[in-house]
Amino acid sequence: MIDDFYAYSPYELDAAAKSRLLTGELKRLTAFHREHSPEYAGFLRTVGYDEDKVEKASDIPFFPVRMFKEFDLISIDRSEVFKTLTSSGTTGQSVSKIFLDKQTALSQQKVMARILGDFWGKKRIPLLVIDTPAVLRDRKMFTARGAAVLGLSVIARDTVYVLNDDMSLNTDRLREFLEKYGSQPFTVFGFTFMVWQHFYKELLKTDERFDLSQAFLMTGGGWKKLVDSAVSHSEFKRCITETTGITHFLDHYGMAEQTGCIYAECECGHLHASIYSDVFIRDPEDFSLCPNGTKGIIQVVSALPGSYPGHSLLTEDEGIILGEDDCPCGRKGKYIEILGRMKSAEIRGCSDTYADKFR
Amino acid sequence: MTNLELYNNAFVESLGVDEAELEELEYQKNPAWDSVGHMGLVAALEDAFDIMMDTDDIIDLSSYKKGKEILGKYDVTF
Repeated sequence: MIDDFYAYSPYELDAAAKSRLLTGELKRLTAFHREHSPEYAGFLRTVGYDEDKVEKASDIPFFPVRMFKEFDLISIDRSEVFKTLTSSGTTGQSVSKIFLDKQTALSQQKVMARILGDFWGKKRIPLLVIDTPAVLRDRKMFTARGAAVLGLSVIARDTVYVLNDDMSLNTDRLREFLEKYGSQPFTVFGFTFMVWQHFYKELLKTDERFDLSQAFLMTGGGWKKLVDSAVSHSEFKRCITETTGITHFLDHYGMAEQTGCIYAECECGHLHASIYSDVFIRDPEDFSLCPNGTKGIIQVVSALPGSYPGHSLLTEDEGIILGEDDCPCGRKGKYIEILGRMKSAEIRGCSDTYADKFR
Repeated sequence: MTNLELYNNAFVESLGVDEAELEELEYQKNPAWDSVGHMGLVAALEDAFDIMMDTDDIIDLSSYKKGKEILGKYDVTF
């Protein structure tokens, strides 16, 4: 059970120890979802799943992430659903619907707290959100954007939203926040595109200087839009540092279908898999496993999805495993680089739908 | 105010529930105590007792009764 994982810190286990823990849990989840989700059971029959042949996590069949858009995939009684998460999609493109029961939602929060705690310490620190409070207004249907903000609020203390409802920057609120907390560590969170468009660009327009040098800037999602406007990862960081003084960056990779298990960026700029999840790279031609250092389609596995069959997914993203257990930052596990969406894939980053309005 | 009064007050004020409902109150069972309400409740409890709760305790705070147990860790007794 997931509780077995809590005995370890998120990056403590080497490849062999992690594989033992994770493979067992993934087998258990596969059996559970087969029993409770007819669609998933059908999928396992089609691929000829044989539990006895599973020796490692990569032997668990991978389910195309797109299936969550086509079907309501759920392994619990509908009456136990207490939150439905969607990959936001306000523009008419299809959205994933993820059904959570209490237990799954709880583990998502715990795991995210543990992962982030590894980076900025156990103490809760103030949080400045580059978004509007409107992301949480509809309390029944959260988008991934709202869920991310809310998940972080639990780990933080005193959450302040720095954008107005019309997405303009509220400099008064920013000034107040910095007067109160600016001299101690704090977190700034926003989707990459929104940080760029509604924070960085707006700061450039004002004469007032804001010192955010004590901040960790946590970003996620929406790189594609910045790549389109020719802003590279390093250019983004350079501009932000110049304007705000921020030098601690914590980007992350994650998806609504495996909320909680984020791949967070370490001091060396690598995205790390924690003990709760793992990543495999597959050849786009025949779906065979690629060796480290070779690019291909990203498969993610996670120990958290208890209420829906999302524990082993083939994403539509392209990436590379840079190494395992040997990152100079000291964290064990695989570390990866995300190259972006596969060429043929529909654009579907959760902040990308929002960014479409700016075309 | 006694600790119990402070504790009850934090729930009533932050979630807008009736004092009579408190004993049976559970996270996500009452529409007011959802994940957004939860953050307001945590802030109210922290203010009332001048404490800073650990992340795990915030996540584990799942009912009115459980909350009393958790606050015990911060030397708040009832």
